[in-house]
Amino acid sequence: MAMMRYAEALNAALREEMQADPSVFLFGEDIGRYGGVFKVTKGLMEEFGETRVRDTPISEQALTAMAVTAAMTGTRPVLEIMYADFVPLTLDALVNQASIYNYIWNGQVKMPFVLRTQGGGGAGAGAQHSKSLDSMLAHIPGIKVVAPSTPADAKGMLKAAIRDDQPVVFLEHKLLYNTRGEVPEGDVTVPLGKAATLREGSDISIFATSKMVVEALKAADLLAADGVSAEIVDLRSLRPLDVNAIVASIAKTHHAVVVNEGWRFCGYAAELSATIMDHAFDELDAPVTRVTLPDMPIPYSEPLETAMLPSAEKIRTAALKTLK
Amino acid sequence: MKNTPSVEQHLEIYRRMLLVRHLEESLGALHKEGRTRGPIHRCDGQEAVGVAATAVLEAGDKVATTHRGHAVYIGKGMAVHPVVAEIFGRATGACGGRAGHMLVADAEKGVIGGNAIVGAGIPAATGMALSMQILGTGNVAMCVFGDGAAQTGICHEAMNMAGLWKLPVVFVLEHNQFGLTVPSEVQSPVEDLSIRAAGYAMPAEIVDGNDAVAVYRAVSTMVERARRGEGPGMVECKTYRIEGFSTSDMGGYQKPEDIAAWKARDPLLVSRKVLLGDVGEAKLAGIEAAAKAEVDEAFAAALSDPMPEFSLDEACNPYSEAH
Ligand SMILES: Cc1ncc(C[n+]2csc(CCOP(=O)(O)OP(=O)(O)O)c2C)c(N)n1
Ligand SMILES: [Mg+2]
Repeated sequence: MAMMRYAEALNAALREEMQADPSVFLFGEDIGRYGGVFKVTKGLMEEFGETRVRDTPISEQALTAMAVTAAMTGTRPVLEIMYADFVPLTLDALVNQASIYNYIWNGQVKMPFVLRTQGGGGAGAGAQHSKSLDSMLAHIPGIKVVAPSTPADAKGMLKAAIRDDQPVVFLEHKLLYNTRGEVPEGDVTVPLGKAATLREGSDISIFATSKMVVEALKAADLLAADGVSAEIVDLRSLRPLDVNAIVASIAKTHHAVVVNEGWRFCGYAAELSATIMDHAFDELDAPVTRVTLPDMPIPYSEPLETAMLPSAEKIRTAALKTLK
Repeated sequence: MKNTPSVEQHLEIYRRMLLVRHLEESLGALHKEGRTRGPIHRCDGQEAVGVAATAVLEAGDKVATTHRGHAVYIGKGMAVHPVVAEIFGRATGACGGRAGHMLVADAEKGVIGGNAIVGAGIPAATGMALSMQILGTGNVAMCVFGDGAAQTGICHEAMNMAGLWKLPVVFVLEHNQFGLTVPSEVQSPVEDLSIRAAGYAMPAEIVDGNDAVAVYRAVSTMVERARRGEGPGMVECKTYRIEGFSTSDMGGYQKPEDIAAWKARDPLLVSRKVLLGDVGEAKLAGIEAAAKAEVDEAFAAALSDPMPEFSLDEACNPYSEAH
């Protein structure tokens, strides 16, 4: 085990996969000479050269479309889209290109590319640089969407994503890059599509991904003081979703709170609620409660932004209400 | 002249153009009888572009095309039957009936593939070229795209990167004068779209798109440069869409005198005239009869081929049990 920051864990995953497989290459805006605006690709251009680590023009639409066909023709591209807020520019390549070819071409092509991006609020970045558009991405059949919360998972899941033959969108969070944690050394991958129970509990299950897992863990501490035993399940992967883990936890606690940093209406939390209805309705003693962003733009000023973001305190309140 | 196709090569181009012509005309006839499904975008009158441009490519080279890609499919070496069977949604189609006529692919032949999002083929070919450059394969990617596609934002993004990184990609602009119904002058302030290539540090050449030999020559020059690592090039092929936009087109926006003038310069006539001097009437008549028979047989077979059966559990379905 080594103590690492989340960004360093991602960097290690990229380095190891590039060393192991010459068909892996990185491209994106400001990722080479500068090392990425969040420093995830620091040092990689020096190590692997300008052919395999490319600074690109500001061209999200074409870059994503190019990742799709580069992946179809023998390489394993890893594309960095600087902010999740720019995901709308990538959508044709994901919705109308990447997600259809394996099926409509009857399995003739593989599509092993990774689109890394980072989202989330709390950094004062304003309405165009703070969003979580998870549900827009997870809506697309044929695209895997993952959002690890710990440095260990960041490394292990990025390695797995690069080796995956389907497109994977890898969601990072700007406020997780500096978080630290133990990361296993060596070539350790974490499978995509498997949840992890980070804290066992018996009264209520709280399901989250990415930075919302950190908030949920804090909420569990608060709830413990309230006399409530909360189970925290880090879904890690939004799609494919580990439905079995969700059902198993609810079978134990009979109560559920689902947390997502994206918008509420048609959001990822709504999908989780419906999934629970489909698979665990009989286990529930109370309706599922959602904790999400309200349906509005993310304001800049600190008290305004803080007031709207899902937080440990809001998760606690939701859990207590669910248990009432 | 440099890069002129040999008589053998020209004959093969002529033969493939004939296959495409019969394919399009047969589709037109079956559409009239109500026996086709969905819109069909014919390319008759424009065969020289798709066929002669792809005739330059090697087996390992790749091509991305448009919703009007039949000439590219046949030009890059796909047989007629799997294309026709795909158009009729048959299990025996190139993609088992999942793709339809606009999205045909044959990865083994390097056709990946048709694309019905206007403009999307341009970054598609550019991405393949990026992959070829990184792997050092020595192959070339080609994009055949329309004058409408040339106006998209993604066209600029992709061509800029192709020029910037000297990617092995050749952009073949099939300038058939129309987008869906609007004429070119309503879409662009410039008549010759390839003047934009200068902004991407790419050479460009404008050719008569109804002259297969001219298309072949210009595309060869660009493909050779690209293969040598000297970067992308563009060939603007001036042609004309003699049919409607698709089988759903109700017409009324193309001038009859324009159609007549372009029909008089049909690419089949242009090539035939040259080839007649090269090989004589008997040889051409033989090729023509064989091409017609090949297409007729492909239609007869495809129309009696089985339909596919729907299943959620196929390996190519992302959430099937088979995974
Ligand atoms: C992104 C997008 N916008 C609009 C359409 C509808 N559409 C299909 S083909 C076409 C015209 C394309 O013109 P051009 O690129 O010149 O190709 P041509 O049909 O002339 O071969 C339009 C507008 C589409 N399929 N995709
Ligand atoms: Mg056109």
